[in-house]
Amino acid sequence: MARYEVRLAGFGGQGIIMAGYIVGKAAALYDGKDAVFSQSYGPEARGGACAAEVIIDDDKVDYPVLSRPDILVLMSQEAAIRYSADKAEDAVVLIDEDLVTAGAGERVHMAPTSRLAEEMGRRLVGNIAMLGFLTGVTDVVSRAAIEEAIRTTVPPKTIDLNLRAFTAGHDYAMRTLR
Amino acid sequence: MSVIEAQVLTGSHFMNGDTACAEGAMAAGCLFFGGYPITPSTEIAERLARRLPEAGGAYVQMEDELGSITAVIGASSAGARAMTATSGPGFSLMMEAIGLAAMTETPCVIVNVQRGGPSTGLPTLVAQADVMQARWGTHGDIQAIALAPASCQEMFDLTLRAFNLADRFRHPVIILADEAIGHLTERVVIPAASEIPRVRRRLYTAPANGAFEPFRAAEDTLVPPMPLPGLGYRTHVTSLTHDERGYPATDAATHDRLVRRLSAKIANFRHEIIEIEESGLEDAEVAVIAYGSTSRTARRAIALARAEGIRAGIFRPLTLWPFPEDEVRALGERVRSIVVAELNLGQVRGEVERVTNIPVYGANHAGGAIMRPELILESIKEAAHGQPARGRFSPVGRAAAV
Repeated sequence: MARYEVRLAGFGGQGIIMAGYIVGKAAALYDGKDAVFSQSYGPEARGGACAAEVIIDDDKVDYPVLSRPDILVLMSQEAAIRYSADKAEDAVVLIDEDLVTAGAGERVHMAPTSRLAEEMGRRLVGNIAMLGFLTGVTDVVSRAAIEEAIRTTVPPKTIDLNLRAFTAGHDYAMRTLR
Repeated sequence: MSVIEAQVLTGSHFMNGDTACAEGAMAAGCLFFGGYPITPSTEIAERLARRLPEAGGAYVQMEDELGSITAVIGASSAGARAMTATSGPGFSLMMEAIGLAAMTETPCVIVNVQRGGPSTGLPTLVAQADVMQARWGTHGDIQAIALAPASCQEMFDLTLRAFNLADRFRHPVIILADEAIGHLTERVVIPAASEIPRVRRRLYTAPANGAFEPFRAAEDTLVPPMPLPGLGYRTHVTSLTHDERGYPATDAATHDRLVRRLSAKIANFRHEIIEIEESGLEDAEVAVIAYGSTSRTARRAIALARAEGIRAGIFRPLTLWPFPEDEVRALGERVRSIVVAELNLGQVRGEVERVTNIPVYGANHAGGAIMRPELILESIKEAAHGQPARGRFSPVGRAAAV
């Protein structure tokens, strides 16, 4: 794996930025890679479209800007419209199927991640369920690294809940993809 | 654990550049922050508002940037390591008091996370157009010390270094960061407290009675040892031209002597300050000079140029002021041409032209986004093919495509 560009997009309040931070942290601190993380959002952060961008590389990341995302994670329709145009032709696309309508394709993977979280009683951890789905579908970061990044990032009292949400997303990927 | 150890967040972190800057200050033993939060530097204030009280220090949100920088000078006069952080509009307001710090030889650190100007310009977006302001923004003849970090790790490292330089030279030290680095998040490794280099200011220790000359420079450094308050010294500090006793002496001879010493204490020791990183210059025909976030784009552009058979390399000043004149002059004897890439209309390019005789090309954009590799690549090609260099302010052209 050389340089990998990942964009996660949704609406403010979904934990998109937190999810991007966790992906970057997992790669940079626990997978032995180099990673940079940045975010973009409009002035209307809560409720408006926002995106988290992570670049992961075996070598040092020089230019810290995404040019053509290899992995696109979409968690709202508005974000899907605003943040999809520049993706690589063979990009892997992951969507929350209840929130985003997207044309089916060989590389489009759908999961009800917010619903999975809701079934656990907390819709708030839909972002982490999506990270579980992400590690099930791609190998951009290892499962162990993401779990460690979750443990060291989320509020201590919510670690178990977040890890369960992560597992739910991961299991969903395993069930539906194989 | 000592107080100092408690201040250092030893370990590997995935950390925002601004936050890393704040942690660099904590590691340096900074105990005072006076500031007026402004994007894109706000995260520095936010972090220190929480961290400084934990360490027994003080965070004071001031009424404006004039109050901020003067509070910092006051805290440093009392012996504390002190800093402020701001961006373009606030940096402009601080200019007069940066001269006060220089004239009274009060060490302090000013972080400017650059955004697009003039005026309020682009509040949330990157530029690098305050380079000359850092050098000449305050009135009078002074030397500037300014450092340009290009990664979150360097936001930590160079902030720590800035405190050491400020104390070593008794001078305000400026961190010329930029929004793209301030708002980036990367791995930051913070060493153990015992491995953090701290160069504290030399203190005045002679008895308080007898001839008391707190502004008489030490012969070896041209910097006067600084008396701490509360030890019996009756130190007079003035922004007026003063003699070695610290009292106003506004005559031509004293003024010339003082201003020359204030400059010489930095200029004559500039090799202690100047830090350069080079790569790929061994066989290069074109050197790209770039700093801060633009240097990361430059690395990409150089790789693209090499893939097309153009031998290019990078010369990255971590120190912008004092300007690395000797190093750039020597560079001019090793390569055929130089490209200066910066998110302004040619501020450092002018300095490079001043000290070299070879053709100098610009890769410029006024700011709003981190520079694109294609822009620098095009300038590298022009340089390699010997096309005439464009004027610094050509209104249209390559920049328009960005």
